[in-house]
Amino acid sequence: MNAIKNSFQNISKYPSAMMGILVVVALVALAAYAMITIPYNEAIRLWRGGEEVWYRNPKFAPPAWINYFSSKKYSESFAARTTDGGIAKEVIPGAEGTSTVSISYAFDFSSDFYPQELLIYFTSKYQEKQPFISAEWQTPDGRMIRIANLGISKKQTYRFAQDDKLKIRLKTDEVIPALFSDPETGKPLKGRYQLLITGTTFEPGSDIDVEFVFHGQVYGLAGTDQQRRDLVVPLLWGAPVALAFGLIASLGTSVLTMIIAAVGTWYGGWVDELIQRITEINLVLPFLSILIMIGTFYSRSIWVILGATILLSIFTGSIKAYRAVFMQVKESMYIEAARAYGASGIRIVFLYLIPRMIPLLIPGLVSAVPAFVFLEASLAVLGLGDPVLPTWGKIIQDANSNGALYRGYYYWILEPAVLLMITGLGFAMLGFALDRIFNPKLRDA
Amino acid sequence: MNQSPQKLLQIESLVLHFKTSQGVVQAVDKVNFELDTNRAVVILGESGCGKSSLAKAMLRLLPRNVDTYTGRVYLQGKDVMAYDEEEFRQNVRWVGMSLVPQAAMNALNPVIKVGDQVAEPAMIHLGIKKDEAMVLVRRMFQHVGVPDDFINRYPFELSGGMRQRVALAMALVTSPSLIILDEPTSALDLLTQANIMNVLKRIKHELGTSFILITHDIATSSELADEVAIMYAGQIVEVGHAKDFFPAPLHPYAQMLMASVPRLRSESDPMFITGQPPSLIDLPKGCRFAARCPFRFEKCGEEPPMLGKNGRKVKCWLYA
Repeated sequence: MNAIKNSFQNISKYPSAMMGILVVVALVALAAYAMITIPYNEAIRLWRGGEEVWYRNPKFAPPAWINYFSSKKYSESFAARTTDGGIAKEVIPGAEGTSTVSISYAFDFSSDFYPQELLIYFTSKYQEKQPFISAEWQTPDGRMIRIANLGISKKQTYRFAQDDKLKIRLKTDEVIPALFSDPETGKPLKGRYQLLITGTTFEPGSDIDVEFVFHGQVYGLAGTDQQRRDLVVPLLWGAPVALAFGLIASLGTSVLTMIIAAVGTWYGGWVDELIQRITEINLVLPFLSILIMIGTFYSRSIWVILGATILLSIFTGSIKAYRAVFMQVKESMYIEAARAYGASGIRIVFLYLIPRMIPLLIPGLVSAVPAFVFLEASLAVLGLGDPVLPTWGKIIQDANSNGALYRGYYYWILEPAVLLMITGLGFAMLGFALDRIFNPKLRDA
Repeated sequence: MNQSPQKLLQIESLVLHFKTSQGVVQAVDKVNFELDTNRAVVILGESGCGKSSLAKAMLRLLPRNVDTYTGRVYLQGKDVMAYDEEEFRQNVRWVGMSLVPQAAMNALNPVIKVGDQVAEPAMIHLGIKKDEAMVLVRRMFQHVGVPDDFINRYPFELSGGMRQRVALAMALVTSPSLIILDEPTSALDLLTQANIMNVLKRIKHELGTSFILITHDIATSSELADEVAIMYAGQIVEVGHAKDFFPAPLHPYAQMLMASVPRLRSESDPMFITGQPPSLIDLPKGCRFAARCPFRFEKCGEEPPMLGKNGRKVKCWLYA
């Protein structure tokens, strides 16, 4: 045990190990942050949510920070509402229970590209008579464009780009460019735009609220996918899922392999025979194909896949490697002494054989983590990821099935891929350093 | 045969043969002997004569390639050979007899502190908790002369002599009535050997333990021995009280063995026995020592019986 403690103190001598530890600690912090800021149920709700959750986001929007790397500026998405004071609203009571609601919202537009879409979400309160609104659009150069006059129901969405009347009025199918371009140059006009909505209600107690949504070209820290989902959620939540899968699979596999190898070696006879034959059969079975079959025919739950992964990984080559070492240890004097003083077989296996193997186990365990993290991602890419959980692999799968690379959405693939690579790199660096510390053959003189 | 209950240990025609690719190794062949409480018997013999196998046979520490394992072992009147493996583990090992294995210095688990290791048998067999066991361990360490603060050390932090003492403490911790010491002083320097022998004598005196001391070190063993058994080619060829045996061994092999001990202030060179002990796989008929014996005569072609003579027993036709 002392030796193990010393070995860990030795880690500080290996810069790669320190880097590895740094990466692993950062990943753990990321995972903890994800689980604290977005609790599991919330994460699932967001990930499984459709338009009602994500209507404020554009589709296929790269992250906002690409503006730092581009000379031309993309417009950022935003949304504002009257309910929280984001949009100024004034109610002027009129005669016979009517009232006039005037709503105005001004924003700066300084992008070199047109936004994807503009929307206004109306919510209104009334008993019988619908309120009526008229909306106008003021450009920086002072032109006033009439957008729409319409009666609104209790919940109503108005999409600028899909309003046929507006298309006719503007004499173009491309509503958004028409609203944002300079009529002389035909290029986007930068400056302060204003949306003016005048509503009239016809009943006492009737009211109108609006939310204005600007679907820009870029969004947030990580961008969005085909379902307008903010990729921050699956990127953050991918960390705990990947770490949990990798660590549990690696720990479970290594520890069980070691115990089974020790039991087989110690008891020998048919127990050993059985374990060896199972191992040999398992070695020729195609691992991934079996997992794909389980995922296709039985369950894609990450726990089922994790269990199957561990079961299939126990009886592999390492059981033979462990057995070879145990065979040697088994013949040590102190094992015979333990047998002489009446230690039971189980005691010898757990107290005498296995502790000798821990120095071999630790580096192997750490190095095996990325393999399992990648396995989980690979299964997700193959369409066998957990149907509920947001994971890195799932992002890549979505990106792939939406032709992300073909359509130039590189961020979509690169973000999860980089996180996967960093995870692999971190554990690999730590594992290699631990191997050099624990394995006397690799120790520096 | 009926056994007398006052004997601590009675072994009757104990046989342990191993299977190898060359043939059957008759490591222990029809060995008989008995031992009283608080006595020490030394089993002497050259390397490869089956001494350690005898110890293993007594404790049923058998390798996988056992061919024959028969005979009777009565421990305090109970036939322990009739026990199954689990009964034997629980009732004989370390309860009835314990073993200080050969090369005891290596008999300690390198990853467990020595204190914990000595406590192990006590926890297994006395069913006591760790802290109670540690009290026992401290007492045992006192008996064998290991400083108290060694409890928290690992085996590699101890000298050979200290490790030997720890192994001895481990054998003592369950206070068995019989301790088998398999070459306890080999690989130790003379001073340490003397020290260990003194510890054994004191323990025998203080705790009333019996010892079976397996060794080829005649000089050291004579310190402790009450009785001597000479083993040759898997058989015991002579048994007797130490005070009778050492001055005048009876069996020709025993005589030559004693003559081979170097003596202080003696002009004569130590003797050696010509030839090799017979292979345990291919044993000669009759007396197994006959080929090397200077007193060989026709009768030696038949197997000699164990002959009694003045309370001593010898397996040689010369005394028929």
